[in-house]
Amino acid sequence: MTTAADVLRRSPVTPNRRHIPVFVTLGLLLLTFSIGSVRYENFGTPQVFLDLFIDNAFLIVVAIGMTFVILTGGIDLSVGSVVALSGMLCAIGTSKLQLPAPLVILFVLLVGTGFGAAMGYMITAFQVQPFITTLAGMFLARGVCLTLSENQISIENGFFDAVALNSLRLPGGNRLSWGAVTALIAVAVAIYVLQWTRLGRNVYAVGGSEQSAMLMGLPAGRTKIQVYAISGFCSALGGVLFALYTLSGDPTHAVGMELDAIAAVVIGGTVLTGGSGYLIGSVLGVLVLGVIKTILSFDGTLSSWWTRIAIGVLLFGFIALQRLIGARRKSRRSAPS
Amino acid sequence: MNRADAPSRHLGILKHSLFWPVTVLIVMLLANVIFTRDFLAIRIEQGHLYGSLIDILLFGAPLILVALGMTMVIATGGVDLSVGATVAISGALACDLIAKGHGLPVAIGAAIGASLLLGLWNGLLVTRLGIQPIIATLILMVAGRGIAQLITGGQIITINNQGYKLIGGGYWLGLPFAIILVAVALVVTVVLTRRTALGLLIESVGGNAQASRLAGIRSSGLIVLAYVFCGLCAGVAGLMISSNTLSADGNNAGLWIELDAILAVVLGGTALTGGRFSLAGTVLGALIIQTLDTTIYTAGIPPRTTLVFSAAVVTIVCLLQSPAFRARFTRKRPERPADPVSTGPKQEVTA
Repeated sequence: MTTAADVLRRSPVTPNRRHIPVFVTLGLLLLTFSIGSVRYENFGTPQVFLDLFIDNAFLIVVAIGMTFVILTGGIDLSVGSVVALSGMLCAIGTSKLQLPAPLVILFVLLVGTGFGAAMGYMITAFQVQPFITTLAGMFLARGVCLTLSENQISIENGFFDAVALNSLRLPGGNRLSWGAVTALIAVAVAIYVLQWTRLGRNVYAVGGSEQSAMLMGLPAGRTKIQVYAISGFCSALGGVLFALYTLSGDPTHAVGMELDAIAAVVIGGTVLTGGSGYLIGSVLGVLVLGVIKTILSFDGTLSSWWTRIAIGVLLFGFIALQRLIGARRKSRRSAPS
Repeated sequence: MNRADAPSRHLGILKHSLFWPVTVLIVMLLANVIFTRDFLAIRIEQGHLYGSLIDILLFGAPLILVALGMTMVIATGGVDLSVGATVAISGALACDLIAKGHGLPVAIGAAIGASLLLGLWNGLLVTRLGIQPIIATLILMVAGRGIAQLITGGQIITINNQGYKLIGGGYWLGLPFAIILVAVALVVTVVLTRRTALGLLIESVGGNAQASRLAGIRSSGLIVLAYVFCGLCAGVAGLMISSNTLSADGNNAGLWIELDAILAVVLGGTALTGGRFSLAGTVLGALIIQTLDTTIYTAGIPPRTTLVFSAAVVTIVCLLQSPAFRARFTRKRPERPADPVSTGPKQEVTA
């Protein structure tokens, strides 16, 4: 397996077999977008493309955290609930308690990070499976949401209004919301961390083989806790962006978002056993899901359940492709001997 | 339960893999008696058995059934996330066919057939394409609800068929028919896995698929069988759920039942990594989940906090079962083996 050593040796820009899934996702994104542009008027405009980032900013951020977790071979089912909880906390903090918005956001991010770190600690220290731990986390966060309030709370706060209603003006009369800008900055930071820092290398090493990583003297346990903390932070940030997008907190927000995030990561070419994949792939995966939803909303005659079926078919296609690449690589390696 | 085979020493009982699930269940039932005096009472009205315990069994029937199939899949080292979707598809198909005027046998046959096919699809993805089970079944989990809505046309189909009502809401010999159905399924599964070599073979595949194959076991056939069985269980559970309300809801039928089922299996002491499995543990796990739901209602705790309690119980049971956690507090033998299943007394396995 090519894991940590390769990441160290090569710059990630060099084309390589491991990049194929990412290029396929990129090709798919271009293909679906072109199909939309040909079929519907006003689809093939820069603004529709930018809207993909605006409408999916929170999902992009959540998918970043999910990518980190999946790269170590884990899974985080709690992200959707943490997004909802963060939105609730934002709404309660700013509109019920009248606290200053930056303070509330800082608190929300801390809560999310702590929540993720606690799950990571339970996974590493007590060897409870990630699936079960994060499932409990999902119940807990959603339960706390419902305990805080059963109804939607709208956000009435100067800071939130100002950020949500204004946007970054781009040349050509296009615009990008500040939420989308935040998501793009998060993507840039995450790519840097994953490719060029010690933490990023540890993540790939632990995902490639936890035992080997430990024998090499890498802090496997600490890395796993960090990864879940990152996922918690990303979910909290995603929740803040979601609150900005909807200007409300609702205990039933983002139900099932973990599935969207996992699907985006898989479509982006990250292998669920860990150790192989790129963050940019997950972003492209989110955009592909976004294009499908946009096409359905442009069409109007297609029913919403086709989204699910389309995502299922896409998932199947990408996983089959990964198996194909994996099988070819294996046979190539075993052939000369 | 088989408390009788626990060794006489106290530590032996403590180490039995079913000790903590049984304790949690008993504690919850006793807690209920405090809130409701006649909680444990079972009375007969119009020839039917009534009572809170019967209710727990009745409402828990679909979950026990799904968890039964899930145990087999998890024992092979896999997991099936698509059972919720299968529940929805099976119920939708049956109700749709009945609504269109087909007979009961056709409707039930089609629903069961579809569930078997979905299980087969999962099994083939896992064995033939070698896809990780969690992903292979994720495909159907995502697409399946879409298919169920496609069948129902996005509507909730309601039907009026007393024969269909029997499966999930009817009575037979004084007992709810669903409970009888689950009991039969449980007995058949226990006999097949514990009185024949099947259970041993499945455990060996889950323990090490490669080694089992080299030992001459057709692991891929067994894995496919486990997924098909899981699909069948989910399909029957889907019929129960839709028959209980005489309606099919593609969106919400069996929602999150896969998580509850996996939870039931894990609470019962079967490790997600595969290998040794405990059907009794699974049934206990499912009963714990259902009793928790009932407890929250009877204790007058607001239903909206249900999830917080679920999270607490899951965390507590998982931590109690974690050897690392117990070692930290007992400080008896810190170098105890890591596998909780292998430390428990050997369960009866007939080859």
